[in-house]
Amino acid sequence: MSGASANAPLGRERALDLLRQMLRIRQFEERCAKLYTELKIRGFLHLYNGQEAVAVGVMRALEAGDAVIATYREHGHALMRGVPMNALMAEMFGKRTGSSGGRGGSMHVFDVKRRFYGGNAIVGGGLPVAVGLALAEKLAKRAGLAACFFGEGAVAEGEFHESLNLATLWRLPVLFVCENNLYAMGTALARSEAVTDIRARAATYGAQAVQVDGMDVIAVEAAARAAVAAVRSGGGPWLLECRTYRLRAHSMFDAQLYRDKAEVEQWRERGPLITFTTRCKAAGLITEDDFQRLQKEADAEVDAAVAFAGSSDWEPVDELERSVYAEVQP
Amino acid sequence: MTPADATPLVTYREALREGLRDALRADPRVFLMGEDVGRYGGCYAVTKSLLGEFGEERIRDTPLSESAFVGAGIGAALGGLRPIVEIMTVNFSLLALDQIVNNAATLCHMSGGQCPVPLVIRMATGAGRQLAAQHSHSFEGWYAHIPGLRIVAPATLEDARGMLGAALRCPDPVLIFEHIGLLNMQGELTAANTPVDMDHAAVRRPGRDITLLTYGGSLYKSLEAATQLAADGVEVEVVDLRTLRPLDDALIMDSVRRTHRALIVDEGWRSGGLSAELGTRIVEQAFYELDAPIARVCTAEVPIPYPKHLEDAALPSVERIVAAARTLVSRES
Repeated sequence: MSGASANAPLGRERALDLLRQMLRIRQFEERCAKLYTELKIRGFLHLYNGQEAVAVGVMRALEAGDAVIATYREHGHALMRGVPMNALMAEMFGKRTGSSGGRGGSMHVFDVKRRFYGGNAIVGGGLPVAVGLALAEKLAKRAGLAACFFGEGAVAEGEFHESLNLATLWRLPVLFVCENNLYAMGTALARSEAVTDIRARAATYGAQAVQVDGMDVIAVEAAARAAVAAVRSGGGPWLLECRTYRLRAHSMFDAQLYRDKAEVEQWRERGPLITFTTRCKAAGLITEDDFQRLQKEADAEVDAAVAFAGSSDWEPVDELERSVYAEVQP
Repeated sequence: MTPADATPLVTYREALREGLRDALRADPRVFLMGEDVGRYGGCYAVTKSLLGEFGEERIRDTPLSESAFVGAGIGAALGGLRPIVEIMTVNFSLLALDQIVNNAATLCHMSGGQCPVPLVIRMATGAGRQLAAQHSHSFEGWYAHIPGLRIVAPATLEDARGMLGAALRCPDPVLIFEHIGLLNMQGELTAANTPVDMDHAAVRRPGRDITLLTYGGSLYKSLEAATQLAADGVEVEVVDLRTLRPLDDALIMDSVRRTHRALIVDEGWRSGGLSAELGTRIVEQAFYELDAPIARVCTAEVPIPYPKHLEDAALPSVERIVAAARTLVSRES
């Protein structure tokens, strides 16, 4: 993606592109939810429904040489990074053809060729690693940056504060992307933080911080491109707070006793797919037929991924202790 | 050793510094970061003068943020560098446990082998300086519990200098435990830094009657005990484990099969510790070779107390090792 196209008025091609990318994530995950009830996917499954504009908008602003770390809710980020859907679905199934050879599952998608360093399932645990990836870029005099996605729950962790401080102190090229979906599992931000303005927390450390409507993919992409340009120019880290909402449960085990259905419905009307589609239709950029076609294309890709994952082999048990230590010198 | 090869006496501290210097000179990807490693010269003066020699890019003072700078070491390793992270002491490594255990030890496996973490973490360990309960831990046995990590404990000058190079050649996360009681130990060291391995235990004193398994700061107490016991005709074979994960089962069992008695000396606590692991392995692999129950000398099950006489009583001592050895050989085979 070039920066120029992002700043140009929204045209049909870009509108279709953005919609395709968000739909691809949505349809993949809707199928995951179904596969979970069919016991094809086990363990924890955290779905991204409602937050797609963040992964799509931010990842479009990154380059191939940049390093990315995400959380256990990372299927959308992985797809946007170019992890093939077949490998992603096979990972969900735990098959050897999965993106992590099946060893990680839903929460630990890795693709080092694409500089996608996981799926980290300890809240806040990815931030220090992102600082190190950025340090490597700087010391090796490469042009890349490290993008780190995390939820607002991570702001309560010490690792958030240690990492913001260290990255700013050393002026490292880190893009911290806080996906503020208002709930750390079931704990609302105001119930866990004395200061709920996340930008203010980052500013304490001298990091640049901006807030953006995380339900608006255009706004996210524009903010991300600005932040990426600033980070890449050597000014130190930026924090991008994307105000968003998780429309589904935290995981498949969550009865959602901590929030009103009315609140969820309100946010559903603000969902990134609905609002973007409505806006594009109103502007005459896309039609309902376009939407249906893109959804069908996504479904077909998901069908193929499910077939691939289902027909892939299980890793033999005699390989159990493989990959605990490196097999080759990195 | 010819006089030409010998240097004047050097300390363990200086040997560690030589190892760092060699590593920094040999590979531009290597850098060191940690608390007070630069301007201060290292809490234990191990890194003294390195800042002037290698500059701030490669000798990096960090904030007191163990989790962040250990995690940054992991990230830098993933990014193609060869970081050496110094955690001032093992006691503070608890603040970085998430990064060490949940990231460094797991990333290779969770990624299906895509993400080896070639990271070296050095830290001081051990008791004996009246530093009380929070500054006297020996957690190397704890870390040895964790698949994905390599754990080494250099006890000699050669290992103090050479194990760092071996650790940097290893593609996995390696934790190096440097006992604070050894820092001022002096000896001769050959001028040439001959590579050492970090995969094998070493027999530091051969003997036919008892296999004594130990490592790190307890090695010299064990050697002193062996000298005293030899005066009474009890020949103790002192094995320096060197690597705590993986353990060198082959050398350990070979020794036990010759001596038929095993004594384990570990500054860690007895319960659930490294000594328990060693004892169980001997039972599993060489039970029928044993002429006596396995004996252990470990640290008393108390947080380390401040007063010297109580700290001395808590830690493995030459007297306790000698007494345990005498009990072992007094048992009828």
